[in-house]
Amino acid sequence: MSTQAPADLKYAKSHEWLRVAGDVATVGITDHAQHELADVVFVELPALGRALKAGEACAVVESVKTASDIYAPASGTVVEVNKALEANPALVNSAPYGDGWFFKLKLDNPSESGALLTADTYRAQITGA
Amino acid sequence: MLKRTPLFAAHQRAGGKLIEFGGWEMPVQYSTITDEHLCVRRAAGIFDISHMGEVIVRGPAAAAFLNVTLTNDVRKLTVGLGQYTLMCHEHGGVIDDLYAYRLGAEEYLLIINASRIEPDVAWLQERLGAFPQQADVTLANLSDHTAAVAIQGPKTPGLLDQLFPAASTGGTSVAKPSGLKKNQIAQFAFDGQPVCVARTGYSGEDGFEVITPATLIEAVWDKALNLGHQFCLQRCGLGARDTLRTEVCYPLYGHELDENTTPIEAGVGFFVALDKGEFVGRAVLADQKANGTKKKLVAFKMTDKAPPPRPHYAIWAGGQKVGDVTSGTQSPSLNCGIGMGYVPPECAVIGGKIEIEIRGRRFAAEVVKKPIYKKTA
Repeated sequence: MSTQAPADLKYAKSHEWLRVAGDVATVGITDHAQHELADVVFVELPALGRALKAGEACAVVESVKTASDIYAPASGTVVEVNKALEANPALVNSAPYGDGWFFKLKLDNPSESGALLTADTYRAQITGA
Repeated sequence: MLKRTPLFAAHQRAGGKLIEFGGWEMPVQYSTITDEHLCVRRAAGIFDISHMGEVIVRGPAAAAFLNVTLTNDVRKLTVGLGQYTLMCHEHGGVIDDLYAYRLGAEEYLLIINASRIEPDVAWLQERLGAFPQQADVTLANLSDHTAAVAIQGPKTPGLLDQLFPAASTGGTSVAKPSGLKKNQIAQFAFDGQPVCVARTGYSGEDGFEVITPATLIEAVWDKALNLGHQFCLQRCGLGARDTLRTEVCYPLYGHELDENTTPIEAGVGFFVALDKGEFVGRAVLADQKANGTKKKLVAFKMTDKAPPPRPHYAIWAGGQKVGDVTSGTQSPSLNCGIGMGYVPPECAVIGGKIEIEIRGRRFAAEVVKKPIYKKTA
């Protein structure tokens, strides 16, 4: 089981991570999620400027087997998307916390992310499952 | 409660990711679908196919019964030979697609789809009840006591010869399994018990299927994996089984075939022997072969960068919806989206431009010749 979950990130139960820097947060999917999805072959990202509500389906990650929705871990506006995933979706598998990030959000309420899981709680969720 | 094969514990121990498939709990993958798929194309893979059903049809009138019940001509089968065939309703709709092997002078083995065991057996019994020589035919459903593995890939002949090192004891007479030709079947001894080995498969590669009593399959599986190191043999799940067969356009029951679709529409008319005399569905199938069908199965490739096509996505042509995708995936061999689906005959033109609707957007695709993937020497 893949349980790598950096301590400096926040996590959603639905396996997205959030890295907050001021009022902008980077969003991706966890090592556990990429491992479960396996060979990622396509990523559909949200449009720039789209306003997202926390929990809203906003991206799609496609493995060979299936298409899976990705949910916004916090509310905010999409200010940047990871163009590199268009040419190389496998970055989601090889570097889920690095070059495989999905998009950046300008947070509506930077304190909202406090409701997300810590690395320890998230790790407990996936190993207890 | 999902059904489990005799290899279930072995899949768990090996870290297989388990999913529901047709009422069975089966491994979808062990590593990744792409990895397992490419391993079969380049070397060898082993699949648990114990969920599939086995029916024995025996007796002096077994051949006559099968020939009025199935679409292909069983009279073409010498002892030790098998054929792909279909079982249809009177209206031509497919009840199942299957393999029929002739094991002995008056003995046939039918390998049927896991999800179709109950309807198939019920249908066979019903047809037998209406068959004049019914006293000369017996049906036995051995599905619960029989298991099977598929060992597929270019390196498998050498592996099979090590797995079953002595000459065959029944069926086709060969010194070793690699002596079998495509569609031939033979019995070999394994731990002193007879097992069936057929040179068939569902991957588009050379390969074998090994059918054994349920109690013997784990020993065959383990020994194949032990011997398989030198052949780069990998465990493979249903995910790779599906992508392999999609690349070579083999139909899957419930996707390309169902009770409202005929073999002619599905493009498997080659396995419908209209010249053999009367059989269930013949009138409709003969009419369709002569006069055409309202829908035809086509294969397609995505031509631009697009998400992989999936079953039930809409197919568009000339600005209107013309059909639905039946199977679709990212092709691990070709690294592009591929699929099959039904369209009206006027859209079933090789090279024709179509579009696949994916989450409300339409992406360009092209109708291509089957198989989508063909091995280059």
